[in-house]
Amino acid sequence: MEFTSFLWLTFGVFVTLCTMSFLYKDNPFYKFAEHLVVGVSAGYFVIILWHQGLVPKLFERLEDGDWYYGFLNSSHWEYIIPAILGCLMWARFSKNYSWLSRWPMALYIGISAGLAIPLEMSNKVNKQLHAMMVEIDWANFFGHDGFNLLDVTSGFSQLLIMVGTISAIVYFFFSKEHTGVFGRVATFGIWILMIGFGASFGFTVMARISLFINRLQDTFDWGGVAFDSTNQHYSGMFPGVFWAFTLFVIGYVVYEIVTYLKQRSATTQ
Amino acid sequence: MRRQIPFGLVFIFGIFMVFQFFVPHEKSEWVYEFLLDWIIVIGIFALALGIWSLFKVSVEKIKQGKEGGNYSYITLVGLYMMVAFGFTQQTGEGWGLYFLWIMLCSACIVSLMRLRASTDSGKKRMWALASVGFLVAAVLVAIFDDAWAFFLYTPEGLENSMFEIFFDHIMMPILATMFSLLAFYIASAAYRAFRARNVLASLLLLAALLVMSRFNPVIPGAEYVANASNWLMNVPNLAAQRAIVIGIGLGIVGTALKIILGIERGYMGRG
Amino acid sequence: MELFERLMKLDRRWVFLLLIIVCVWAYASSFSVPILVMPEVQSIYDKVEGLPEGSVVLVAIDYDPNNLAELHPMTYALVEQCWRKKIKTIFTALSMNGPGMCVQAIRDITDSVSRDKEYNGVMYKGREVVNGVDYCFLGYKPYYAIVILGMGQAFNQPYPTDYYGTPLDEVPMMRGIINYDQVDLVVDISGGNITDAWISYGQGRFGFDLALGLTGVMTAQYYPYLGSGQVIGIMGGLLGAAQYEKLTDNPGRAKDGMRVQLPAHLVIILFIIMGNVGFFANKLRLRREGRA
Repeated sequence: MEFTSFLWLTFGVFVTLCTMSFLYKDNPFYKFAEHLVVGVSAGYFVIILWHQGLVPKLFERLEDGDWYYGFLNSSHWEYIIPAILGCLMWARFSKNYSWLSRWPMALYIGISAGLAIPLEMSNKVNKQLHAMMVEIDWANFFGHDGFNLLDVTSGFSQLLIMVGTISAIVYFFFSKEHTGVFGRVATFGIWILMIGFGASFGFTVMARISLFINRLQDTFDWGGVAFDSTNQHYSGMFPGVFWAFTLFVIGYVVYEIVTYLKQRSATTQ
Repeated sequence: MRRQIPFGLVFIFGIFMVFQFFVPHEKSEWVYEFLLDWIIVIGIFALALGIWSLFKVSVEKIKQGKEGGNYSYITLVGLYMMVAFGFTQQTGEGWGLYFLWIMLCSACIVSLMRLRASTDSGKKRMWALASVGFLVAAVLVAIFDDAWAFFLYTPEGLENSMFEIFFDHIMMPILATMFSLLAFYIASAAYRAFRARNVLASLLLLAALLVMSRFNPVIPGAEYVANASNWLMNVPNLAAQRAIVIGIGLGIVGTALKIILGIERGYMGRG
Repeated sequence: MELFERLMKLDRRWVFLLLIIVCVWAYASSFSVPILVMPEVQSIYDKVEGLPEGSVVLVAIDYDPNNLAELHPMTYALVEQCWRKKIKTIFTALSMNGPGMCVQAIRDITDSVSRDKEYNGVMYKGREVVNGVDYCFLGYKPYYAIVILGMGQAFNQPYPTDYYGTPLDEVPMMRGIINYDQVDLVVDISGGNITDAWISYGQGRFGFDLALGLTGVMTAQYYPYLGSGQVIGIMGGLLGAAQYEKLTDNPGRAKDGMRVQLPAHLVIILFIIMGNVGFFANKLRLRREGRA
């Protein structure tokens, strides 16, 4: 790795720590990172929209036309219509003409709604209902290899999936009061739902920790590069930058601790 | 007129899409393909709206001298730099005066913002002169430096090393770290709010503990816990999530129908 | 009792600090965690492993840097497996920052594939992976559901050019590949709602084999699709990625990170237990005081 790349890597660690500092309190370093990423992300998206969107989907299609004819002499003149509709979206910024932005929106909403009806019904409802309607494996009700309730393909599991799904759907049915047998089924449904939410929470914990682990990995990797003497571009500058940066971070932490202690003693007095 | 035409459009295109799905025909397929393509073009303009909003808010913050307005300079310079990188690429080995050009343009933007923010006429003149000066210098550098060039209609800029560096060493670490903060908040929430107050909360807690312990080889009966967790995911969790999926599916279909038939009109806003 | 009350009122920053210390300690220590492969991950591996040379896999990189920790390792393991087996890949990126993630993944995996390596006892010679021949990166287009439907008609309908501006008809790899009919497997590696669109608008409409790589937060929600056979497998979170790395014998960041998960989870379980002990102790005290 070249020294310039290492400096950028160091900057990556710097902005990581700037962002992490929010855990202690909101501070200028965090604000710097926050505002920087907002701007850079927006700039990135401008470029992606331009090079991946406008140029291939519109400009290249109209390029054989002439601007003074309004590109109407282009072989793909029909793309002027979505372009005009797209421009109408910008009418939202006008007080008097904001209603014009409803036209392209209506087109999008109409198409999306029309697409959603058959596809969502088929894939989210019908196929799930179909999957639920399986023949219960009574022969292996308590498991395939003897008594094993943890067998996911046993008749017991199949029955539990079916009963659990129906009960949970019953819980969501609010047009009838949850009393009597109906209420008991709904109660079982909420139990099943709670187990589902618990499972989701368990996975969420793993997900969140994973994100922090990634930041640790990047930071440790940066430390590794700083002292990697097998790097063909390695020089004393690498550890120099490492130590300078580390001292800066330690210095800031000490400064914060001293400020905190001073404030505390002032409050006590 | 202001509301009727959009409702009409929603109805016509909605019904057409449903009809096209069940009764596909060569001609309707042709219209269908066109519509899919058109929507993407409209989408590009719609998404650009968000970026313009961000730009406007940042400029307003600076102009009004709001608290934290100075940070908006960072946002605007970051936005400009990324756009500049995306439209330029080096033509030879070195970068020439490229970075000077970037700095001059950044300085020009900052001067323009200072010009908008200042109320004193003397300062206004100073910033106007500075912005013109930086702009002229930037244009001269762009004209006479041939180490790099502008690429507006070809995506060379996407392979500009600075464009990639900004993504890899600014966007990636900051966005990844922002989300990694959630690890700490979930730990804090686990400590403060995750209580076995009643049967339902206890069920949730037990399921979560079981799933969290599934790859833990140090607890007794680790293999049993892993199997139990696998069963929990594939049986009760599946049942719960299936009910939710069916509910969501029916909800989407119901809402889509209401939109097409003009019963649900909230998306149109007022006016 | 006072101890519990004080613990309950503990500044949350101490909780943060403890978690940081545990994670840093775990990452700096050298121990490994056994990875148990689940059937839902195994099925994806088996599917890819069963594909002959020259097959086509579409990898949808539908995530942003926010989720790279969990999803990048999946991409690395899966794409490297494909390229080592000379399976061609089409990449799409339907999330806003997806193109950047994809570019980075292609760059790193290309570098890795250029070196000789042994996987599961089979030696693979290093080779140069060529854009347009071994892979085609289609890039980003807005409105993912519409793009997914459009690709079902023809890839060049939503994507007239690839990410690098080459017209799709001129990309050698895409000759003869018109739509999903010529794709053997679609793998959606996603950190958001795009997965729903791949299931409903992609697999549901065109019937291709779909595998999912998901963040931990989403994983539990997609098990119904596994049960109904709409998806062939699910890699869930860092654990799913680590399982895939184990199967492909290509340990990377996921396997490396799993050893931090273990103590971090223990700490959080400890927090939950402490919180509950404090809660019940407080309840007991209030009950006793009420009686007195």
